[in-house]
Amino acid sequence: MKSANLIISGFFRLYTDGFRNLSSWGKKLWIIILIKLFIMFVILKIFFFPDILKKKFDNDKQRSEYVLDQIINSPNSHD
Amino acid sequence: MIENVDLSLLNWSRAQFALTAIYHWLFVPLTLGLSFLVAIMETIYVRTGNEEWKRITRFWMTLFGVNFAIGVATGIILEFEFGTNWSNYSWFVGDIFGAPLAIEGIVAFFLESTFIAVMFFGWNKVSRKFHLVSTWLVAIGSNLSALWILVANGWMQNPVGMVFNPETARNEMVNFWAVIFNQVSVDKFLHTLSSSYLLGSMFVLSISSWFLIRKREGFMARRSILVASVFGLLASLMTAYTGDESARIISKVQPVKFAAMEALAEGKTNAGLVAFGVLKDSDRKLGEKPLKDFLFKIEIPSLLSVMTAGNKEAFVPGISDFVDGNKEQSIMSFAEKKERGQVARRALIDYKSAVKNGNIALSDSVKGLFSDKAFQDNYFRYFGYASIDKPEDIIPDVSGTFYSFHLMVILGFLFIFLFGFAVYLLFKGTIADNKWFLWICLLSLPLPYIASELGWIVAELGRQPWIIQDLMPVSTAVTDIGSGTVMATFFMFAALFTTLLISEISIMVKQIKKGPKH
Repeated sequence: MKSANLIISGFFRLYTDGFRNLSSWGKKLWIIILIKLFIMFVILKIFFFPDILKKKFDNDKQRSEYVLDQIINSPNSHD
Repeated sequence: MIENVDLSLLNWSRAQFALTAIYHWLFVPLTLGLSFLVAIMETIYVRTGNEEWKRITRFWMTLFGVNFAIGVATGIILEFEFGTNWSNYSWFVGDIFGAPLAIEGIVAFFLESTFIAVMFFGWNKVSRKFHLVSTWLVAIGSNLSALWILVANGWMQNPVGMVFNPETARNEMVNFWAVIFNQVSVDKFLHTLSSSYLLGSMFVLSISSWFLIRKREGFMARRSILVASVFGLLASLMTAYTGDESARIISKVQPVKFAAMEALAEGKTNAGLVAFGVLKDSDRKLGEKPLKDFLFKIEIPSLLSVMTAGNKEAFVPGISDFVDGNKEQSIMSFAEKKERGQVARRALIDYKSAVKNGNIALSDSVKGLFSDKAFQDNYFRYFGYASIDKPEDIIPDVSGTFYSFHLMVILGFLFIFLFGFAVYLLFKGTIADNKWFLWICLLSLPLPYIASELGWIVAELGRQPWIIQDLMPVSTAVTDIGSGTVMATFFMFAALFTTLLISEISIMVKQIKKGPKH
């Protein structure tokens, strides 16, 4: 248990020391990464990329029925 | 229900997916390739104890870090698009896509994010050997991540190991090993990895050439070229081998794509391999689509027959054989496949009405039909054809597929020559004196990127109109949302990814100009 704690704290220190001693270009890189992740997960995912089937229907049964309808009645599929 | 697909929506959705996939693929192969090169360099450092190799390793590791950081999570966008723009498809593929992607997430998270910290922050803090193991684990982890994505993509090209469940409207995995060892996925994985190693090697070769041209960092540049050109030569030979194997597999599981890659309008025996050619519209048409003829071509007689079936008498089917059928060669026509697809579709309609009327016996019996191997092989396998109107709609963009494929192959041979010549000059000890060659290496940096993207264009453009081969056309897969929204996000992505790419290039150029730390 003690050795596991030592490994975890050592690992944590590796990260904190690493970030503390980042070079100027490293810091710039991290700023770009954070902005990118913010744009992707906050702006794009929430406002522009909802899971359509989750949003439209309450449960999987309704989703299944909807998709079944779509694949049966897809364009040009009429006999 | 969709009565008519909005073509503008479909095309914008496809364009958006293509744009994000192409941008994403600018970052990925360098991560895959450079991670291994860095691991090899660090292994030499640990084995020799030579501090120069540590300096070399750290320099390339910095460039790897820049690329990794900018590119990380760019693939998530594709998953967003599945849920929004391709919701029918996402539901239909079920756990076939979910399982590999979930494994990919776990592997990527644990291997990459854990050991990448040791790789970058652990110099002088952990032992040399532990650091080396971490570097190798990052390389292996990132390569394994690619495996799961390619398994999912391979299934789209050659769907196996699943049963369609009408109750959930999803494909359910029944044979994990059939999905993993799908011949398309295995070859795709090997071809993608070897071409990424090739790209990583060209990156190292090009930048090292720049140092030699500038008469800077001679020791580092020559050592880096040694590793990159040997690794690159092996990778480019492996890429050629797996590419050849890939074409052979495509000729079996996606024969229309193969015919488009070779612009083979009509099938023939003694089919020649077109090394280079220029296409023109033919006078002959399939429906409203003109076939393609060659304005001129350089052809190696009979080689296509030999490469696909092992003998020159072998018949290689052309596009028209898949549209009109060819009884002599036992090739089904579009009309026959459509009829079979409609049998599967009618079974689903029966299932739906049985459920609606509470006829449990009938619904269970239809459900059982979809688990029956004979029904799967003879009817459900062609389910997507029921959604396709005109026979000529099964023909992909022949010009786009043909030129992308041939340019990729030509570049592939160029890389073998470049790496081979670099190895020759290195062992002769004259690489630094041949400025013309160093310039060629430097200017060749974009070429493996182009070849790699072309490979994906062949794979994805060539399988149109299918999103899942023979089972689901893109027109059924697309979500019925406004094309205006898709257009808006298309331009947002274009702006975001272009900014990321410019940032990467500018940080990278600064780091390269700075050179390794002394």
